[in-house]
Amino acid sequence: MEPVVDIRGLTKRYGQREVLRGLDLAVPPGVCFGVLGPNGAGKTTALRALLGQSPMTSGEIRVFGLPIPEQGRAVRARCGVVPQTDNLDPDFTVIENLQVYARYFGLASAQIEERIRELLAFVELGDRATSPIATLSGGMKRRLTIARALINRPELIILDEPTTGLDPQVRRMIWARLRALREQGSTLLLTTHYMDEAERLCDELVIVDHGRILERGSPRELIQRHVEPEVLEVRGGAERAQAILAAVRDARVEAIGDTHYCYTRDARALLASLEQHPELSFLHRPSNLEDVFLKLTGHELRD
Amino acid sequence: MLADYTPRFRHAALAVWARNMLVLRKMIGSSIVINFGEPLLYLVGLGFGLGMFIGGKMDMPYLTFLASGILASSAMNTASFEALFGVFTRMVPQKSYDAMLASPLEIPDILVGEILYCATKSVIHGTGILLVAALLGAVASWQALWVLPILFLVGLSFATLALIMTALSSSYAFFSYYTTLIMMPLMLLSGVFYPITALPAVLQKILYVLPLIHAVQLVRPLVAGLPVTNVALHLAVIALYGAAGYLVAVRLIRHRLRV
Repeated sequence: MEPVVDIRGLTKRYGQREVLRGLDLAVPPGVCFGVLGPNGAGKTTALRALLGQSPMTSGEIRVFGLPIPEQGRAVRARCGVVPQTDNLDPDFTVIENLQVYARYFGLASAQIEERIRELLAFVELGDRATSPIATLSGGMKRRLTIARALINRPELIILDEPTTGLDPQVRRMIWARLRALREQGSTLLLTTHYMDEAERLCDELVIVDHGRILERGSPRELIQRHVEPEVLEVRGGAERAQAILAAVRDARVEAIGDTHYCYTRDARALLASLEQHPELSFLHRPSNLEDVFLKLTGHELRD
Repeated sequence: MLADYTPRFRHAALAVWARNMLVLRKMIGSSIVINFGEPLLYLVGLGFGLGMFIGGKMDMPYLTFLASGILASSAMNTASFEALFGVFTRMVPQKSYDAMLASPLEIPDILVGEILYCATKSVIHGTGILLVAALLGAVASWQALWVLPILFLVGLSFATLALIMTALSSSYAFFSYYTTLIMMPLMLLSGVFYPITALPAVLQKILYVLPLIHAVQLVRPLVAGLPVTNVALHLAVIALYGAAGYLVAVRLIRHRLRV
């Protein structure tokens, strides 16, 4: 099937700084597709380019088979966008925000009333229709932003870090809604640096760093490909821990700050010896996408 | 090339205009004070007071002279302030334009909608002044209603010029340069409060290259019930500033937002 988003060789330079260096990306229809990367990896820049909001230095972008930026207007008419920072209109109430935004899509208010009621129910804001934006909590604002992005029944929904800064209840509610949208046949393209979010939501994902794609696959494939199935995180007693971990065969050990991460296929022997040392605290868990992410993008801090 | 500057769907620019009109409707209270209270103070305070000293030498009562001058300068002020502070607020802290640009709207649609709104505010404010002036007996005839479309054009033109400043601005403080160094001198020197013939000849020549005096010279005879002269020239100067301002403003704002 023809991909919904097809990006080839996308580069973007700001003066001397190269933000995207030959990015290739194909998003198939009907999936939830994740773009993961540290801050400054070029995620948001790529999303802006594919909506025709920002000129590219070189490369080719097609969305729904239409060329960008030439057909940006037509493409955006079929997309819904949830931006990284809320930009709801503070001059208006909840329902007015949706009514005004619908007008930007050329939707007349008569045909939109039913849709607005439906959307407010979908994000559980039905009882806040006439509240001013300033009275909403962060989670409510985010939910309204999602409702706003759905006003035109988009085929492609683009979400830039949709749950950053939200409490666990709201995050779970938003995840459920996003899965429901995918069930209804929409294609979702989301950026995040929450690995649990990506693992729960994404059918397929790419890991981006320094403007390039490092890896692609499903969360499970990536974990199998890159990290051992079990992880022991050992804290405290640096020398003792090192000695114990050094004795384990078939394990990969990384030290970050006061913690040693031991990746292994079988942690039983190691667990037994750690039991002997109550001064060391440890956590035994299955490996996850975050381990893959850190392995591929390294441990140094990003701004 | 011009295709880059024209809004392609009429509803697109009108959607932005309608958004702002909805905000205006919510501020109806302060709107009445601004649109009727302010001209009342000006005309009663300045018109009657100063009129006592001036009178005599003019071909119209001072109150009529002042009302017509204020009609023109208020169209400039209203549109300029909206295009400076209003547009900056929506573009920068509120990020309203980011939301709009995720819809089918493009930068020319947004700016045309904003400029139409600025001009609409000029006309609303002008209507207030005209009504107050008429009640005070300063309006000579019904031909004064022609003032309203002229104020719309004046509003359009000054809105585009102010948008250039907004595009270049990084904060509200920056606007003081424009309001103090451009708008204030224009208002004080363009024949709003006293006849321009009181000024040195060189300065008069310079003022004719600038837009506000042309607005004043269109509005004043219409309010005073006198024949209007050089209509095409006056309209052309105002429109030319508007067109040039628009092209520059679109370029600058595109440069600012499309990064």
